[in-house]
Amino acid sequence: MNTVVLTEPGDASRQMVTLARKFGEPLHAVPMNAVEPFAPDALAAILQGVADELNASAVLAAGTERGNEVMARLAARSGLPFAANCVAVTPGSPVTLTRLRWGGSLLEEARLHSARPLITVAPHTVPVEAGTEPVDVDVKRFVDGLDERDLAVRVSDHVAPGSGGVSLTTAKVIVSGGRGVGSKEGFAIIEELAGLLGAAVGCSRAVTSAGWRPHSDQVGQTGTKVAPEVYIACGISGATQHMAGLKGAKRIVAINSDPQAPLMLNADYTVAGDLKEILPAISAEIRNGR
Amino acid sequence: MRVLVAIKRVPITGGRIVLTEDSRAIDTRHLGFTMSPHEECGVEEAVRIIEAGGGDSVVITLGPPEALEQLRDAMALGIDRAIHLQTDGLEWDAEATASTLLDAIRAEEAASGRFDIIFFGNESADSGGFQVGARVAHALGRPCVTGLKRVVIEGSSVRCEQEVEGGRDVYIVPLPAVLTVKEGLNLPRYPSVPGKMRARNKPVAVTTPARPAPRLELVSLSVPAGQGRRAESLGSGAAAAPAVVELLRKAGVL
Repeated sequence: MNTVVLTEPGDASRQMVTLARKFGEPLHAVPMNAVEPFAPDALAAILQGVADELNASAVLAAGTERGNEVMARLAARSGLPFAANCVAVTPGSPVTLTRLRWGGSLLEEARLHSARPLITVAPHTVPVEAGTEPVDVDVKRFVDGLDERDLAVRVSDHVAPGSGGVSLTTAKVIVSGGRGVGSKEGFAIIEELAGLLGAAVGCSRAVTSAGWRPHSDQVGQTGTKVAPEVYIACGISGATQHMAGLKGAKRIVAINSDPQAPLMLNADYTVAGDLKEILPAISAEIRNGR
Repeated sequence: MRVLVAIKRVPITGGRIVLTEDSRAIDTRHLGFTMSPHEECGVEEAVRIIEAGGGDSVVITLGPPEALEQLRDAMALGIDRAIHLQTDGLEWDAEATASTLLDAIRAEEAASGRFDIIFFGNESADSGGFQVGARVAHALGRPCVTGLKRVVIEGSSVRCEQEVEGGRDVYIVPLPAVLTVKEGLNLPRYPSVPGKMRARNKPVAVTTPARPAPRLELVSLSVPAGQGRRAESLGSGAAAAPAVVELLRKAGVL
């Protein structure tokens, strides 16, 4: 049995490889950088060529943005179904699998009816197990055989991120505000505390929809997924949309006037009361301790 | 310029998801609905493109009769008319969704001309399949760029910026193109009262396509076990500040 995997650097790819072994070894790897600059249709064409030649039993990739993007294109050109962001699979006819919905707020049990299952594995859901590593396919022949049309969509330039501020994805501490902050100006006390902690400022979707903060500050299913040591959620109710972005947070501190808010029930630590009193008091306490 | 936007009706889930008795769907009896967030930005972008350069815009959805509400919302923001591929409420898998949208797009283009841009959300909020846009683009033989946070029309091509780690990747593709977008592309406007009034009289073409057997077949849904967080109270009001600072010290971030 041959299984084809689309590999890239990082844990998500190793986790995917662990699941891919279930479909039969050896594993044949097409690296994400087989075509540079990145050209998703070209990668899909290479995967299709390799899978056809090896009569592969399945093709898998990590459920990263690029992994899902390339696999969707492979599915389109092969006319096969594609299951994104799986967390468990059992090969068979049909394949039975579990996949994430709602950014991980729901699990779906499903059957995949396909002669060649196309699957991505949701990052950080499967533990890495030791085993035979995939062997890189000699892709040169496939690259040389690419059609011009498969290179029409390719990266032609890169724009650096906006400067200033601590990045949400790498921050050790995030101070985040929700509707309870009340206004754009209300974020001054959040920024003050964040400044003292060297923290990034985050917010909920309600805040960006109201235009109080830019979307780049938004934490959640359709914003940024974060993994800080401490996440301080101020005046955020804790809708599933927001919680989907917090799964990687080590400790969650919720500050809210409503003790029954979902985030107060799903936090590690809670402070009940008015954030307009609590946040300045925390900032003052930090200053006093210096 | 002709622009099409595909949208999906999804429930507003709030704080806790409750499933139906057969565990095959979300219990939506007490929930409101919206269009999937990424697609809301697709609608806004389409309206801005037509406002800036003229032309016409169409919104399309595959969904139950109630999805008319989301089509009207899109038209209240400025979309000219709607195509409603009506279902009986059963979910369609991504492959079937793409194929029936494709049929409708081909019919619409044969009647009224080619779309220069077709917008999709990068992934739907609920089923998160990440593939309908790519499938439609491939079948139409048009370039597809995904995950976009910025779209700029430059003559007969479009400059697309895709968010990646450490900045944005830029793609420039010729029109016509299929673009899948993400929330943050723009800040969608609120519908105006006159906009809502006008939307009531804008045309909606309804058809009822047959649902093929899904090849990615939903069996059941479940709510994942909690992450084991057990809320410990640090007190209330300003008096809790020392306890919060102590916690930050212990966590090694202060």
